[in-house]
Amino acid sequence: METDQLISTLAADNAHRARPVGSVLTLSLLLAAPVSIVIFLTELGVRPDVMTAMRNPFFDLKFAVTLALAIPAIAISLHLSRPEASLRGWAWLLLIPVGLLVAGIGGEMMMPQRPPMMTRLVGRNAWNCLTSIPLMALPLLVAALLGLRHGAPTRPAVAGAIAGLLSAGLAATLYASHCTDDSPLFVATWYTIAAALVAAIGALAGPRVLRF
Amino acid sequence: MREREDEWTGLMRSAISGDDAAYHRLLRAVTPVLRAAARRGLTRAGQPADQSEDIVQDILLAVHLKRHTWDASAPFAPWLFAIARNKLIDALRRRGRRVFVNIDDFAETLPGEPAAETVPAGEVEAQLKSLPARQRDVLQSIAVDSASIQDTAKKFAMSEGAVRVALHRGLANLTARLRGQ
Repeated sequence: METDQLISTLAADNAHRARPVGSVLTLSLLLAAPVSIVIFLTELGVRPDVMTAMRNPFFDLKFAVTLALAIPAIAISLHLSRPEASLRGWAWLLLIPVGLLVAGIGGEMMMPQRPPMMTRLVGRNAWNCLTSIPLMALPLLVAALLGLRHGAPTRPAVAGAIAGLLSAGLAATLYASHCTDDSPLFVATWYTIAAALVAAIGALAGPRVLRF
Repeated sequence: MREREDEWTGLMRSAISGDDAAYHRLLRAVTPVLRAAARRGLTRAGQPADQSEDIVQDILLAVHLKRHTWDASAPFAPWLFAIARNKLIDALRRRGRRVFVNIDDFAETLPGEPAAETVPAGEVEAQLKSLPARQRDVLQSIAVDSASIQDTAKKFAMSEGAVRVALHRGLANLTARLRGQ
């Protein structure tokens, strides 16, 4: 086929309108969310003392941190689905959850009666945290990558890593309502390792899945 | 050059609001620039420059299928060159070279550059044969026989809507096959 013929053919298809990447990403995340929620309900469940826990600001902080990871990561993924986009001007958004954690750790240091640092850091659920967050994140990561395929990311490893953070943030939001370790030190350690793991999987999958 | 790029942006805006002729003009206008950049990329990778046409067609297909990722409030050229650069790197990598493509390869092109000899593209043509029959027939009719959507619909006793669907699916499938080869 000659290039002029191809051009005429493409022009003939001009009426076709693709959905915006944002709506495809939202749809695929909504389709995957029930899978993660079923894993959560069957394997973990909400902690029994949730009503009292809600009066503990450190319990609430966990949700602020996980959502402050998930929501900016969604925004950055959508930004990176444009071919000319780079992280410049956007990466700082990922510092929001870090800032919240630092503030939380600082706040906890001020508390007069606090358990020893190592007890807070190691907690009781470290292993559970490291396995449950990636497990619940995986269906969301697959959905996010499939949704982002609709875009045109030219930095697929970075876009994949951000998709990993997005799904880890959402999965960690579920997990936070199960876990009885509320210390910001625990969150800063184990949630971070879990999210980094999912981000690494996303970074490895990105160049394979997101090529266009 | 600035004027040229502003013109592209204007044409693309018209194209998106439904002006097929503007879209056709835009694709014709960017093709020589893409061709020159592909030739430079091939030369730099130590490949024969006359193999550029497959890369040009590959870029045009990607531009078409990903144009919904262009933000109509942004200039068109950076978006176009990002797509083109990505496709060029991909194509050179498939040919087995590690390469670096400079973004200036695209921007530097002078509008008046003479047309160079190129080998006709073969990859799209080859993949066309492997498409499902209906998509292939519709694409052949519109691309090779230059039939309109209306004429193609009459010829195959299809509705115009079905022709449009087959056309778009055919183009998307072609691109997927080119990527997988």
